[in-house]
Amino acid sequence: MRAFISFLVGSLFGLGLLVSGMTDTTKVQGWLDVFGDWDPTLAFVMGGAIVPMAVAWRFTIGRKPVLGAAFPTPPEPKLGRNLILGSTLFGMGWGLSGLCPGPAVASLSFGGTGGVIFIVAMVTGMMITPKLRSRLDQTAVAV
Amino acid sequence: MPMDWIMGLAGGVLIGVAAAIYLLVNGRIMGASGIIGGLVDGSGRHDWIERAALIAGLIIVPGIATFIVGGTETHLTGNWAIIIVAGLLVGVGTRLANGCTSGHGVCGISRLSLRGIVATAYYIGAGGLTVVIFKHLLGVI
Repeated sequence: MRAFISFLVGSLFGLGLLVSGMTDTTKVQGWLDVFGDWDPTLAFVMGGAIVPMAVAWRFTIGRKPVLGAAFPTPPEPKLGRNLILGSTLFGMGWGLSGLCPGPAVASLSFGGTGGVIFIVAMVTGMMITPKLRSRLDQTAVAV
Repeated sequence: MPMDWIMGLAGGVLIGVAAAIYLLVNGRIMGASGIIGGLVDGSGRHDWIERAALIAGLIIVPGIATFIVGGTETHLTGNWAIIIVAGLLVGVGTRLANGCTSGHGVCGISRLSLRGIVATAYYIGAGGLTVVIFKHLLGVI
């Protein structure tokens, strides 16, 4: 049942990304291009997604998930180096390509060879991150 | 183009409803990088079926939709070097930061999470700066 819900969620997510135009890299780069021909679409997508999710968060108070033990606890409000460095690196890749993980996967069936290469590179990056993270932690201790 | 904005808003609501269902029913955060990353690095092996099911829906349904409607272009650059570098940056960055546009952006900001808001500020800032440098100054994208 949980897997079925997950499939449904992925389907809606993918449809939403497609409808909103977020699988089109020019729309994403257009949003980031504040000094060029700025495209505000992404702000509408974010706004549209945040509203139902904000309602959902309110609804979690004092309740349990339908098919789960507990709702995810809020992360510690700690802004570590990994959050800042990681988000900066991600932003650079996002700006260069116009793709983030969700749309990259959602466009796999129609994104051509380039889209597949992007996924392979992204997955490779994800695979090496645990090692990279511990290396960074060691350096931080040494410094 | 206002029509693009309306489609953006409608698609955004679909994304938000998807994230809300995942939270309220399964008790999980709909973060694309976390769901994929957990499968890739083995940290999410215990619930791999759910992760795989979500990814399957994310791939299959847009595939069917574009097959029916047609004409969808991603306009991704043809420069493989840029694609590979960007993919590596996105993979490493989102896992290091523990989230991407869906996890930190949609799920984090809606919870008024400080981490989500700060992460979003940094990736949008870095993305904007990257476009300025690589498009307007260097002219390579």
